[in-house]
Amino acid sequence: MSTWSRNNAAAALSCAAGLLVLLGLGLALLWAPEDADQGISQKIFYVHVPVALTAYACFGWAAWKALRLLWLGDERYDLESYTAVHMGTIFGVLTLVTGSIWAKVSWGVWWSWSERQLVLFLILFLFYSAYFMLRYSLDPGPRRQRSSAVYALFGVVLIPISFLAIRLAEGLIHPVVFTRDGPQMSDSMFLTFCVCLAGMLTLAAALYSVELAGKRIDERVRELRELLA
Amino acid sequence: MSTGEKYLAAAYLVVFAAVLTYLVLIALKVSRLERDLAELAELARQRADG
Repeated sequence: MSTWSRNNAAAALSCAAGLLVLLGLGLALLWAPEDADQGISQKIFYVHVPVALTAYACFGWAAWKALRLLWLGDERYDLESYTAVHMGTIFGVLTLVTGSIWAKVSWGVWWSWSERQLVLFLILFLFYSAYFMLRYSLDPGPRRQRSSAVYALFGVVLIPISFLAIRLAEGLIHPVVFTRDGPQMSDSMFLTFCVCLAGMLTLAAALYSVELAGKRIDERVRELRELLA
Repeated sequence: MSTGEKYLAAAYLVVFAAVLTYLVLIALKVSRLERDLAELAELARQRADG
């Protein structure tokens, strides 16, 4: 893909993300009905769940790029996988913070260690945070690329475990909204959720492409500096 | 403002603040790259002249 098309893709994604996020915000705050049980605080759902799913998507994308690197040996996938982990970690922080705010208003506590879903997400987050330590403890080159790729690929195993934990465990206070019978919410709530999720995924894609472009330029500037030195 | 509304506002503001912070960091990175490129262009010009 040329630099021109990459830049235009980033601009198009940014516009789409802005529109979808604003639309989702409007729908969540003005259109979607209040939950009978939790009241207005349930609307945190429209930001917390899309952010969490986006974090999973970023880690999944990082694993896919890591697999491509190991399979094809193309160096460019290393930077792409690294950028996706970077994005996933940012969305992971947001998941933990928005989740804590929701927990405080719903359960009266900021965190509950007895909740497997929360603990597993924290483990996933810490696992990917350690990715940066591994990456920067090695010198740039094929060894670092391969080690980072293997690590990113291992981490993705935690995603289905984190997802299934809540469905396999009993007696949890963390709500299960998506069951085998479909989403347990009204149509308007589900539509609002879908728009918010689309907005968050597009936002992540826009940030990913901008970050990746920045990292690529950085790399080229470094190469140029070495050539001119 | 009810307690629920305060927490709701906090959750949305956290995400908004994160995106805003990210934009500031990207802006700083772009200015650094601009400086680096100007420096490299100057180096290349000196090479061409010398």
